[in-house]
Amino acid sequence: MKYTEEHEWLRVEGDLIVVGITEHAATQLGDVVFIELPEVEAMVAQGDEVVVIESVKAASDILAPVDGEIVEVNDKLVDKPGLVNDDPTGAAWMFKMKVDDLSVLDEFMDEDEYNDLIA
Amino acid sequence: MADAQASALKRLPLHALHESLGARMVPFAGYEMPVQYPAGVMAEHLHTRAQAGLFDVSHMGQVLLRPGAGMGSLALALETLVPVDVLGLAPGRQRYAMFTDDGGGILDDLMFANRGDHLFVVVNAACKAADLHHLRANLTSAEVTEVTDRVLLALQGPAAEAALVHLVPGAAAMRFMDVAVMDWQGAEVWLSRSGYTGEDGFEISVPDSAARTFAEALLATPQVAPIGLGARDSLRLEAGMPLYGHDIDTTTSPVEAGLAWAIQKARRAGGARAGGFPGADRILRELAEGPSRVRVGLQPEGRAPMREGTALFEGDVAAGRVTSGGFGPSLSAPIAMGYVPSRLAEPGTALTGEVRGKRLPLTVSALPFRASTYKR
Repeated sequence: MKYTEEHEWLRVEGDLIVVGITEHAATQLGDVVFIELPEVEAMVAQGDEVVVIESVKAASDILAPVDGEIVEVNDKLVDKPGLVNDDPTGAAWMFKMKVDDLSVLDEFMDEDEYNDLIA
Repeated sequence: MADAQASALKRLPLHALHESLGARMVPFAGYEMPVQYPAGVMAEHLHTRAQAGLFDVSHMGQVLLRPGAGMGSLALALETLVPVDVLGLAPGRQRYAMFTDDGGGILDDLMFANRGDHLFVVVNAACKAADLHHLRANLTSAEVTEVTDRVLLALQGPAAEAALVHLVPGAAAMRFMDVAVMDWQGAEVWLSRSGYTGEDGFEISVPDSAARTFAEALLATPQVAPIGLGARDSLRLEAGMPLYGHDIDTTTSPVEAGLAWAIQKARRAGGARAGGFPGADRILRELAEGPSRVRVGLQPEGRAPMREGTALFEGDVAAGRVTSGGFGPSLSAPIAMGYVPSRLAEPGTALTGEVRGKRLPLTVSALPFRASTYKR
């Protein structure tokens, strides 16, 4: 698992990258009540706002961690946004991306580095 | 810069208790306030509706008004600042009011209580310095004293009475908007049966020296949980109550804000003391003719919350904006309030709200979203 400074986790699954938000981010957001997911097949650039996530308190954006194509989204979250609080690193994955080269993940933090960031 | 701001924030007398309860503290109106506890906003909100929640609202201003020349003249002096019947308020009772300005806008909203030989006033934290100045400048024969050695707690929810009577048995005899001074272990506690959640409950002013043991005694009751500002906001939103600085301010009149119920007959045209408050021309005119816009409830059809500032449209025509919006945990749906032209205020009117560039459907709704459960 790799981590971004925006508190996303990135996991490799075959030739895809699965993206979600960390436990720390879910806790900070509080109870999630709404999620808007990107269109499948959308081509996105690193830093694009791809997911809107709203908690009882506020709205925030999830950014595309790398350039690539959205190939699958987790539709379950639309009806059950609270999954983000219940299981942020498992059942509440948000989208899967296809990238040119999985080595783009090398630039991201590993778990120890991420834990230092949020400590 | 951030550090300088943090150090300028005031701490609540119960700060250490909030920290021991695991509160997340945030800056609000110049204070470090508990926004939520580990249970989280949703659970805290639902707990308050199902059992009882304890809120620390000590940031609010508590003010004593002592008459220089009798309670009658104090009441009449306060009536020059609010469009409310102060003189007719019986001892032991409380009323809602608002300070108006010459344009008929709202400077702050407040509660005032007749405590026999003086009035007790509770005002919003962000406005309290201005309110004190306003009171001192205008109530020249009264003694205006800010109470600075008391914590203000709110205990709200269906189990509030049962929890409080363990400590203060006399609370059971109070009904909605009653006030009383009672003893708890030698400390004088000031009670009102009121709140900001739509639930039955109490607001309780406790001397700083007794506040922690009092709060802990309430929290030791199984039905009582600590509740932060986050849930306080969602609770009052469901209850249709305006939040000063958001839903009401100097640009909104009491009539536009749907607060005409707080303007008693005595202060209206034809009443015993009609007018005579700042902005009376506009406010009395709006009472007679209806305001051009009005505060309404708004129910988004989808799941996306519509936050403060969301622009509203009827077809392609601008139709006001959201002044408070979020998610209503008891309704499991997004809810909002805002101002629309009066002709669009009928419940059921279909409008749209612009969220992230998209016009999403919503329906005008009556307020409150959830009926109150006061003990009248």
